[in-house]
Amino acid sequence: MKLKTIASAAFFVAAAAGALITAPASAQDKVQFFPSLTGRTGPVAPNATPFANGYADYMKLVNARGGINGVKTLVEECETAYATDRGVECYERLKGKHGGATVFQPLSTGITFALTEKIPADKIPMITSGYGRSDSADGGIFKWNFPLIGHYWVAGDAVLQHIAKKEGGWDKLRGKKIAIVYHDSPFGKELLPIVEERSKMHGFTLQLLPVPAPGVEQKAVWLQVRQQRPDFVVMQTWGVMTPTAINEAIATGYPREKMFGTWWSGAEPDLRDIGAAAKGYSAVMMQHGAEPNSPVVKEILAKVHDKKQGTGPRDEVGQVLYMRGVVGAMLAVEGVRAAQERFGKGKVMAAEQARWGYENLNLTQAKLDALGFKDVMRPVSTSCVDHMGSAWARVHTWDGAKFTWASDWLQADDQIIRPMVRGSAEKYAGEKKLTRRPPSDCQS
Amino acid sequence: MGFFLEATLGGLMTGMLYSLVALGFVLIYKASGVFNFAQGAMVLFAALAMARFSEWFPQVLGLNSKVLGNLLAMVGAMLLMVAVAWLIERLVLGKLVNQEGITLLMATLGITYFLDGFGQTLFGSEIYKIDIGLPKEPIFLLQGIFEGGVLVSKEDLYAAAIAASLVISLSLFFQYTSTGRALRAVADDHQAAQSIGIPLSRIWVIVWSVAGFVALVAGVIWGSKLGVQFSLSLVALKALPVVILGGLTSVPGAIIGGLIIGVGEKLSEVFLGPTLGGGIEIWFGYVLVLLVLLVRPQGLFGEKIIDRV
Amino acid sequence: MFYRENGQFKTTYRRDLQIFPIAQDRIGLLLLLALAFIAVPTMADEYTFRAILIPFLILSLAALGLNILVGYCGQVSLGTGAFMAVGAYAAYNFLVRIEGMPLLGAILMGGICATGVGVLFGIPSLRIKGLYLAVATLAAQFFVDWTFLRISWFTNNSSSGSVSVSNLHVFGLPVESPLQRYMLCLVFVAVFALLAKNLVRSAIGREWMAIRDMDVAAAVIGIRPMYAKLTAFAVSSFIVGVAGALWAFVYLGSWEPAAFSIDRSFQLLFMVIIGGLGSIMGSFFGAAFIVVLPIFLNQALPALGSLVGIVINTALVAHVELMIFGALIVWFLIVEPHGLAKLWSIGKQKLRLWPFPH
Repeated sequence: MKLKTIASAAFFVAAAAGALITAPASAQDKVQFFPSLTGRTGPVAPNATPFANGYADYMKLVNARGGINGVKTLVEECETAYATDRGVECYERLKGKHGGATVFQPLSTGITFALTEKIPADKIPMITSGYGRSDSADGGIFKWNFPLIGHYWVAGDAVLQHIAKKEGGWDKLRGKKIAIVYHDSPFGKELLPIVEERSKMHGFTLQLLPVPAPGVEQKAVWLQVRQQRPDFVVMQTWGVMTPTAINEAIATGYPREKMFGTWWSGAEPDLRDIGAAAKGYSAVMMQHGAEPNSPVVKEILAKVHDKKQGTGPRDEVGQVLYMRGVVGAMLAVEGVRAAQERFGKGKVMAAEQARWGYENLNLTQAKLDALGFKDVMRPVSTSCVDHMGSAWARVHTWDGAKFTWASDWLQADDQIIRPMVRGSAEKYAGEKKLTRRPPSDCQS
Repeated sequence: MGFFLEATLGGLMTGMLYSLVALGFVLIYKASGVFNFAQGAMVLFAALAMARFSEWFPQVLGLNSKVLGNLLAMVGAMLLMVAVAWLIERLVLGKLVNQEGITLLMATLGITYFLDGFGQTLFGSEIYKIDIGLPKEPIFLLQGIFEGGVLVSKEDLYAAAIAASLVISLSLFFQYTSTGRALRAVADDHQAAQSIGIPLSRIWVIVWSVAGFVALVAGVIWGSKLGVQFSLSLVALKALPVVILGGLTSVPGAIIGGLIIGVGEKLSEVFLGPTLGGGIEIWFGYVLVLLVLLVRPQGLFGEKIIDRV
Repeated sequence: MFYRENGQFKTTYRRDLQIFPIAQDRIGLLLLLALAFIAVPTMADEYTFRAILIPFLILSLAALGLNILVGYCGQVSLGTGAFMAVGAYAAYNFLVRIEGMPLLGAILMGGICATGVGVLFGIPSLRIKGLYLAVATLAAQFFVDWTFLRISWFTNNSSSGSVSVSNLHVFGLPVESPLQRYMLCLVFVAVFALLAKNLVRSAIGREWMAIRDMDVAAAVIGIRPMYAKLTAFAVSSFIVGVAGALWAFVYLGSWEPAAFSIDRSFQLLFMVIIGGLGSIMGSFFGAAFIVVLPIFLNQALPALGSLVGIVINTALVAHVELMIFGALIVWFLIVEPHGLAKLWSIGKQKLRLWPFPH
């Protein structure tokens, strides 16, 4: 064999040896391990990267503040590129490291569905704020899933409430037409049950327009929108599909003021490059939006970025998706803090104990303000049967350069959503032959 | 009727945009017999280079004029694509001469992964903007005859015009210049061309550079529509049926195939889609191609496949 | 010296026609089976099972199926993901809709449905060849993807379009822990590999290879192209459909059509080409390469970086992973276009002479 081949083979063997030697965890100090499944490459990289940066930055902030009653946080990232099988592999790799993963936040509906099957056996909770399975809000069936601060049905209901309010009431929607442009996948289809329910209740018609992934070419969809002339368009899109949709709307002359995105369809990466032409486009935000002036952002800039510890670029701090990562990290940490109240302050919490913490989260306004989320978040309070904790939302609008709030705080109608959640969860339980958790189970 | 016209016009123009990407495939296949699956990655790489250079050059050189910045960025991106073409010829094609088609196909897939990773390493994986001044608002024709008028997107019209002029200049290049003649000779028969003194490796570098230029134009146009990000390389999947429908070896075939696929996709989605629940345009192009191939196995304008036993 | 067949005389035709005529080969295979069935279960940890061995086994089964179509019969197909999806969803429907359906039955029925779809999309291969056929099979890929998203009957009317299975049993034994899942996949792979090897050594296999080498000449000497091509599609789709059902049931547990997207088809084609076209062994090599390499790179690159003192962030690791992956594929194709199986057979040949040079 040639020398070059032998040399390259030796190089690879050395690399393998290096990987194996450095693989064991170096967790001498007790740390609370928070794995971070990132989407920094692949089809949704521009949108998922700020989330991962916000998550990591907030965890660093917690350490700078002194940890969770003294216990430091540790974040390790694993790249999924938004692919389900890579997400599952990352989960398997990280779940036992550094003393055991505390909680997973996959940031992908596909990975959420796959991990929902695995976490009951592995006993690790999963926070899926604003995505994943909407029916997992029913804690009686889904013991380990936590769609904290809202899910797709909350967002859908909130956006319809906002539209109704603008029109002057639900009865004014009778006879109107609302087009739903959605990502043709479980993520997109999760919006449909709530909009169909509301359309039955209030008499408006729906025009369903699925867009096959990745959605780089949407002329046909928007020509149909132009033909049908719906009164409003609601978009459940993610990644490149959103700016493409907005560009096509501009190209077909559909007024942006009548377009409303859901939680994943209205952030800076989608709108920044379109700029002024997208003025008037709105999106519903559950709890937080772009919060550059909030106390927590100022604290992160001071304690993390000013000390050159920032994970991403400085001008990203405070943007919508960055804040989503910050809020996700905050919820993860506060759940552990709540668990420590019961299981031992200052100790590292096991995943099962953290799960109890997420189920008994009681973030009052005072606590949130103290953490730096004044005017950003409203109280979140979970229970054994309600793993969602809050149904608050607001709508923000793009003014050409940034987002401004266009509505007051809206609350999704629990009377409608709770039966839907329960029904869907019962169907899941029936398929899987699960039984509802007995009340005694809630105390663990 | 007005809506039918709208959909047809929209489809024609989208088809031109597909042909722009398909042209790269056809050029390379014509001259070197390689089906270049990396064309999508090349479109992305070229678009990333253009977007980032148009950001960096004005900063570094202190330019104020946008047009000059864009022009310099384009020149820079083109030089980069020539370098890529040269490297591909040196490191990959030159070593895989005479291998089977499927091996070369897989090699181009390997190049795809490499270019994807390399482009994002060099230029970053966020979403970047290309602004060459294409207008975004629509124009409405025939408003007297049809209610609401017939919508024509100005951006697409400009893009179609650019694509058409590119095709015309390429055809002129192939017909009337000596390099063009040499390219056609190599496409006909590698060995015969070599025997009369045409340097194969230089020809391949030229072909891949021209394909790189086509990728750059396609990348700029698609990039200004979608923003430059990883998903741009998935446009190649939309252009594949165009290549096959037109025939792998025919440049006019790429154009006509593009127009047919574009119109077919849009009309099917708009008129057939609602009954089937929507979202059919993703497979309609491919199924159309399948049906045409059953009748004409070499595509509409491709060379007839002759098997010698 | 050790790999000689001196003294091994065959006294019956049956012995002469064995798959492994050399005794050392048979011993090697027995050792491999012992390793797989006995040693690995005792030694491997949960992560190795879940993230490396189970995907490797299932994807090597799918690569086996694809190799029969592409490597032995010469029909390039890019619709493998679609056939896996058909197998998975069909098995799901059989399992969920028929009370008391055994798991093995559901998986095999999934394979049979995939066979039907495979033969349907294989009919164009009678007219279309080569690259054109590859793109025509993409029609299968996208159409099947769309079908499972649009027609809610296939997903048991789930609102989101995602389906899941659990509580799997085989003959009363549960298939829950990683070890149990591994054993189930191993049994499937062993049985199907044996079936495939015998199939390609038989008359039908020779017909396939004749069609691959020169289909006009094959037709001239009396091999019916329709029969050969469609049986290749049928057998290949059956194996791929079973692999798809296993992937969905055993590895993922809960899936959506995107799990069987065009990336999966390309990945399987890579496995077949890198492993070696027209070789059963090659499917396994290719699957091992493609499954293990990304995971290895993902862990080795930061380790390498820390050896040199640079901290590499996850995005850069992912990009460099892609670059190395692409470069390795190109390098392999340059060094050995016939794949890893050819390297293996060259190694065996050299071993036969060892320690002599010739």
